[in-house]
Amino acid sequence: MAKSLGPVKRKFSPWTDPAAVPFIRFENITKRFGDFTAVDNLTLDIYEREFFSLLGPSGCGKTTLMRMLAGFEEPTEGRILLQGKDISGVPPYRRPTNMMFQSYALFPHMTVEKNIAFGLQQDNLPKGEIAARVEEMLKLVKLESFAKRKPNQLSGGQRQRVALARSLAKRPKVLLLDEPLGALDKKLREETQFELMDIQTNLGLTFFIVTHDQEEAMTVSDRIAVMDKGVIVQVATPAEIYEAPNSRYVADFIGDINILEGTVVATENTPGVVRLDSSGVAVAVEQECQVVKGDQVAFAIRPEKVRMSLDAPAETSVNAVYGEVWDIGYLGDFSVFLVKLADDRIVRAAQANVSRLVDRPVTFGDMVWLTWPRDAGIVLTR
Amino acid sequence: MKSSKFDATVLTLGFAFLYIPIIILVVYSFNASRLVTVWGGFSLHWYRTVWSNQGLMDAAWVTARVGLLSATIGTVLGTLAALALVRYGRFPGRMLFSGMIYAPLVMPEVITGLSLLLLFVAAGIDRGFWTVTIAHTTFTMCYVAIVVQSRLLTFDRSLEEAALDLGSPPVKTFFTITLPLILPAVLAGWMLAFTLSLDDLVIASFTTGPGATTLPIKIYSQVRLGVTPEINAICTILIGLVTLGVIVTSISMKRTELRRIRDEHVAARNAT
Repeated sequence: MAKSLGPVKRKFSPWTDPAAVPFIRFENITKRFGDFTAVDNLTLDIYEREFFSLLGPSGCGKTTLMRMLAGFEEPTEGRILLQGKDISGVPPYRRPTNMMFQSYALFPHMTVEKNIAFGLQQDNLPKGEIAARVEEMLKLVKLESFAKRKPNQLSGGQRQRVALARSLAKRPKVLLLDEPLGALDKKLREETQFELMDIQTNLGLTFFIVTHDQEEAMTVSDRIAVMDKGVIVQVATPAEIYEAPNSRYVADFIGDINILEGTVVATENTPGVVRLDSSGVAVAVEQECQVVKGDQVAFAIRPEKVRMSLDAPAETSVNAVYGEVWDIGYLGDFSVFLVKLADDRIVRAAQANVSRLVDRPVTFGDMVWLTWPRDAGIVLTR
Repeated sequence: MKSSKFDATVLTLGFAFLYIPIIILVVYSFNASRLVTVWGGFSLHWYRTVWSNQGLMDAAWVTARVGLLSATIGTVLGTLAALALVRYGRFPGRMLFSGMIYAPLVMPEVITGLSLLLLFVAAGIDRGFWTVTIAHTTFTMCYVAIVVQSRLLTFDRSLEEAALDLGSPPVKTFFTITLPLILPAVLAGWMLAFTLSLDDLVIASFTTGPGATTLPIKIYSQVRLGVTPEINAICTILIGLVTLGVIVTSISMKRTELRRIRDEHVAARNAT
């Protein structure tokens, strides 16, 4: 499958514009099932044409939030505004949203064509127009030759496309996608991610996607909301989420990261230098960190930002640790070195394998220095 | 294997126990002799007599009408009951309702029949065709409800949600999505209901009245005057019809299964 190159992604950031009006607004939404609070006083704005991801572990309330937007659940408290209008109490069949289900939910007794036409028929469109729209959708998902097939005559990837075509056929204002790529294998998933982005950009729709796959969320989204136990922990662009997580939870949930816990023993005059206890590791960051002596904080740094060397660096008093190579994970493009510090803590350093040498200069048992620049790590207080 | 000889014996005995009486009945229906236990040569005489026996034919017609009507009403009511039980969560009295659905299955037929009789008498309804039909509807709908309920338990709700999401109101969704998909179970329920109505003697004899004698009642009353080869003939016809039904159903199920397997092969070949 050739990837079509859509228009170059424009600079798109309505959330930074205080005058921008949100397209969808969740306003103090609480949803309880009996004693269980699935969503807890949540407020969230989503803008038109945004590709928005809701990311979190299973049971964090993300699917409940999506189902409330689709109309399958009603919030216990709070309201949902779509283009400024309160849609509480509007049944799912009168909402201008369409959903792509995790199980795809294709009608097994109807052909691909009929599945796609189903939504259009509900609007009593003229026959010719329905046929034209179905044709267009089949072309969009490259399934023209499968129109007469039944869903059980299709592969998983093809079913996923039919489900997408069906949910797009009515040109909804918002397309809701519940774990859209969860059932596909890795390679197909990556291809489909880019296709989804193309479709979203070309059709100019708002996509609201629920996923537990952080890689998927990172690839496709304009913004990501990380959810945990019914509340949103952070809403930001993928880069911000990855590079500037606001808490240990987000840092740990997205990607691979070293988290060094410690108590602040000293803050130095130089802005952003924090000395942590136990290992006596001193870290300096380019960050306005509001910490004082005695605070429990975490220093977080991504493995790919850690440099490794057999020789001592020029500056060893700050942003440098010394330890023994304890394990090496070879991933092909990267090798991850697990370095054990004097106090048994493990710091991971990822090194790009830029040459084809099989024998690396650093191996098990070597004593190495790990260093990082000031802008590489972050101090987390939450 | 040692146990296989034992298995074979048990199997043979079991089948013999089940089928020898039926075989005897079928064989003697072709008997030329008037005596049931003495073989007098092959003849189709008794089948001709059945055909010209107005009383038996009337009873067969009543049975067919009662069966079709009660199975159909019972299927509609039973399907609705199954939907209510599976779908509408925990409404007050759900436990009681689901228990009550099963009750007629374990209730002795005599009691069901008697209680219905008392009801009809109390309500001052003349007994006849309609009372038998109502009685059959009441007990067959429970069977339908159970068959349909077990299908609904494995029904993927997201199919209905998808239809609602695409703009189809709930009632329309039921007819375009839910019903076509549970139809095999509904039809199976109907078949079961029809068969149960066809061979019911006890409840029918409590609730019937003049002019609405069903076939089982007719056969039973004739047998009391002595078994005639004529009865053997009508029973053989019934067995033939039921066997035909079973064969047709299993062939169509087999074909559906084969088609499903073929579809899966096609899908696997097309996998991108």
